[in-house]
Amino acid sequence: MTTTPKEKHAMGKGMKRKEDPRFLTGQGNYVDDLVIPGMLSMAIVHSPYPHARIRSIDKTAALAVPGVKAVITGEDLVAASLGWLPTFHGFDKQMVLAVGKALFQHQEVAAVFAETREAAMDAVELVEVDYEPLDPVTSPFDAMKDETILRDDRDDKTNHIYHWESGHRDETDAALGDAEVVINEKVYSPRCHPAPLEPCGCVAQFDAMGRLTFHVTSQAPHVYRTAISLVTGIPEDKIRVVAPDIGGGFGNKVPVYPGYVCAIVGALILKTPVKWIETRTENLTTTGFARDYHMDVTIGAKKDGTVTALKVKTVADHGAFDAAADPTQYPAGMFGIVTGSYDFPVAFTELDAYFTNKAPGGVAYRCSFRVTEASYAIERGMDLLAGELKMDPAELRKKNFVQKDEFPYKSALGFTYDSGDYAGTLDHALNLIGYDELRKEQAEKRARGELMGIGLSTFTEVVGAGPSKHFDILGIKMFDSAEVRIHPTGTGIVRAGTKSQGQGHETTWAQIVAEELGLDPENLLVEEGDTDTAPYGLGTYASRSTPVAGAALALAARRVREKAKKVAAHLLEAAEDDVEWKDYQFSIMGAPEKSVTMKEVAFAAYTNPGEGNEPGLEASLYYDPPNMTFPHGTYIAVVDVDGETGEVKVRRFLAVDDCGTIINPTIVQGQVHGGLTEGFAISFMQEIPYDAQGNNMAPNFMEYLVPTAVESPVWETGHTVTPSPHHPIGAKGVGESPNVGSPAAFVNAVMDALSPLGVKHIDMPLTREKIWQAVRDAQGQKAGD
Amino acid sequence: MTTAEPTDTAETTHRITLKINGRAYKQDVEPRKMLAYAIRDTGLRGTHVGCDSSSCGCCVVVLDGDTPVKSCTMFAVQAEGREITTVEGLGAPGALHPLQQAFWDQHGLQCGYCTPGMLMTSYAMLQHHTDPTDQEVREFLGGNLCRCTGYNNIVKAVQQAAQALRDDQAGKLDTLAAAATGGSQ
Ligand code: FES
Ligand code: FES
Repeated sequence: MTTTPKEKHAMGKGMKRKEDPRFLTGQGNYVDDLVIPGMLSMAIVHSPYPHARIRSIDKTAALAVPGVKAVITGEDLVAASLGWLPTFHGFDKQMVLAVGKALFQHQEVAAVFAETREAAMDAVELVEVDYEPLDPVTSPFDAMKDETILRDDRDDKTNHIYHWESGHRDETDAALGDAEVVINEKVYSPRCHPAPLEPCGCVAQFDAMGRLTFHVTSQAPHVYRTAISLVTGIPEDKIRVVAPDIGGGFGNKVPVYPGYVCAIVGALILKTPVKWIETRTENLTTTGFARDYHMDVTIGAKKDGTVTALKVKTVADHGAFDAAADPTQYPAGMFGIVTGSYDFPVAFTELDAYFTNKAPGGVAYRCSFRVTEASYAIERGMDLLAGELKMDPAELRKKNFVQKDEFPYKSALGFTYDSGDYAGTLDHALNLIGYDELRKEQAEKRARGELMGIGLSTFTEVVGAGPSKHFDILGIKMFDSAEVRIHPTGTGIVRAGTKSQGQGHETTWAQIVAEELGLDPENLLVEEGDTDTAPYGLGTYASRSTPVAGAALALAARRVREKAKKVAAHLLEAAEDDVEWKDYQFSIMGAPEKSVTMKEVAFAAYTNPGEGNEPGLEASLYYDPPNMTFPHGTYIAVVDVDGETGEVKVRRFLAVDDCGTIINPTIVQGQVHGGLTEGFAISFMQEIPYDAQGNNMAPNFMEYLVPTAVESPVWETGHTVTPSPHHPIGAKGVGESPNVGSPAAFVNAVMDALSPLGVKHIDMPLTREKIWQAVRDAQGQKAGD
Repeated sequence: MTTAEPTDTAETTHRITLKINGRAYKQDVEPRKMLAYAIRDTGLRGTHVGCDSSSCGCCVVVLDGDTPVKSCTMFAVQAEGREITTVEGLGAPGALHPLQQAFWDQHGLQCGYCTPGMLMTSYAMLQHHTDPTDQEVREFLGGNLCRCTGYNNIVKAVQQAAQALRDDQAGKLDTLAAAATGGSQ
């Protein structure tokens, strides 16, 4: 009995994605594709002011628009006890529609329901809101003065939200006092937005029995079901949340937004289905933004480059409500990874968060809760230290890396890193890119006055949120789940509590289960996103799917295998203990010619399971990870800067990732390409700035720049493999590494290019204008010397 | 909460015929209705809307066989009488167009939201440029955003498709040559 080669070694194969044919032929099934007879369109009225008292709202003209069915305001919702929704963070709550006061520009003020999208849009223009503008607070540094208290609904009469700290303050200060060299720099990680191309949206529908079916662009459908039940009081069994195909999420589709609550309320009171699809402007101005961390980084070191202490103080701008998607027990997310890949004997970090008149949020934008900011801070810091010591940045890093044999490694800020080979990965990357030759070339160019830069980032990530002892969202622990059912003919269905938004779960999940069971991944159907059928899981974000659900899938498959072994023993007429799983089939120990395949066992499980064996072949499992996983990598950017125009040309970019066991190399590479492009965008063009009056200055794709194929560099990739010791298949997760690791590499490269001029730091995004200005200032200073 | 009395939605509408992928669809549209929405209202939902403002390219369809347009910024009434090709007109699962096949082979898509627009822009380009350089492909796709793939694989896919279409054309020419010369070539 043999298995076909195709069925073997599902793991590590770059198999083509099973889900692609439907996307390629226009048959994807996105939320906006759903059309239900009688369905109404909802549109939202937004505040033009960042801070204003609402004196009155007049719906008359809007209601007179043909086709308009209803207009709801915040006061209507308050009257029905639906005025506020809890934030995932757990420290705050958020107004569904502005009541009394609007707290940020574009805040949701009223919702309009109409027969057509166009009629709803018309009516939005006619809802008359009488505003009394108030002075806005647009910076957390102003907010901390508490001159204007933004949130009068709270008992605490302060704009300060929380203080969080980790590590040893006194020991760190002492070590910095004793350090031979100290560098300090303020670095800002600007407010940006994940901006998936599919905006957020939903369709709410109640059936005759009062059961809500809610189709929604959600990265975490089960959490939505629980949240909706908690907000509306609808019993959870009367709610079905379906996340169909999702056109990108990147963290933006984790929080529950006011529009969703309004759509459900509309469907409830108007007794007809309601669809709400955001406009691009709504997406960029009201839904989960990211970053907005002002970080003050201090590193102490010896003259030989050995680091002795790290201190990072952060001021965070959370906007009008604390709607950050960080887990409750980690208010600043996993920012504690800020010691990076380096063996800091002592470290301290603290963060203070403030309310301002900006959009609320703070999502894990292609990173596991603030890891991007942390990586950027430490990797910029290490380069500044290298500059101060006149040491090669690669050398400095090597000198301070946590060594391969030091894992599990407990960092000064409390994380236990699972595994890694930082020096090995760095060396591999330096060889691949030809680092020594590049430095030679750079020296020659510098001699000619040309600005060439080489930037490194040797980051360590922390993903796989997370172990229930540390992680929860809304109090719900962050485990994940899997269900594996094998049919009599050896095909099967695999269900998980995750939800792909383009990561290719339909393929990789099938590969994991196929590998464990010796079945054909083509014939394992993967289903996610429907709370009626999928097991409860915390969803897909923060690169948690492979570390958490991937583990659940492997273990559920192993449970199936255990069950199958009993049936196999029966078929082989052997004692169970004499049967082993080898080469993707069951055989009798010592007599490999006597074997049965899983396919044969599957049929027997339904037809001839054997005396005393439970028929059928399925298992489900909930997995609470013992620890997080710590992927790492070395990224190298090579740039040329034109000092006359400020233009940066990314000549080369190499990403060497170590994400442990690779399930599908093609998909991993695709994820790396995509993440690098997002990192490139953040570094050079993307920001949501607010002016002093509180206006959002990037409310569309003309101002909020997404790189096109023209600007995007050609990406080079490589990898090393250091499996995670505690993950059943050794996988660590990779989707966000490139976005976490690359900004520092880009900025370090540009700063390296500008270093002969004495420029030390420029905040992202490194626009032409900023670079041009910095070069001019530096030249002016030199001339004035 | 205030609800309105039932009203008549009749407004000035135009009856138009949209010719999409060789089929005619009659529709009553307001003059301001955008083509993207009119196409989606026919039930062909492969044409996506990502920005509503001609920035993202998710809504690109091909007019008259070789002209890519952003259908979110063209009025439906302007499309009267034109041949519209949408992603559904390229191929179907099991019978993919070489472009679709190439995007699949090269992993040129992830969430798939930008994909119809990418395919249609590339399709239009290949009508004019059968042997583009990588840089030309990138420039042609300059109006189509993708948040997932980083474009490298999309460029590879378009190149694979261009090659496949050239081979196909060469194959046809060889057959023609063989027929014309009595097989002596
Ligand atoms: S929807 Fe037409 S270009 Fe974005
Ligand atoms: S594949 Fe997701 S936007 Fe392109």
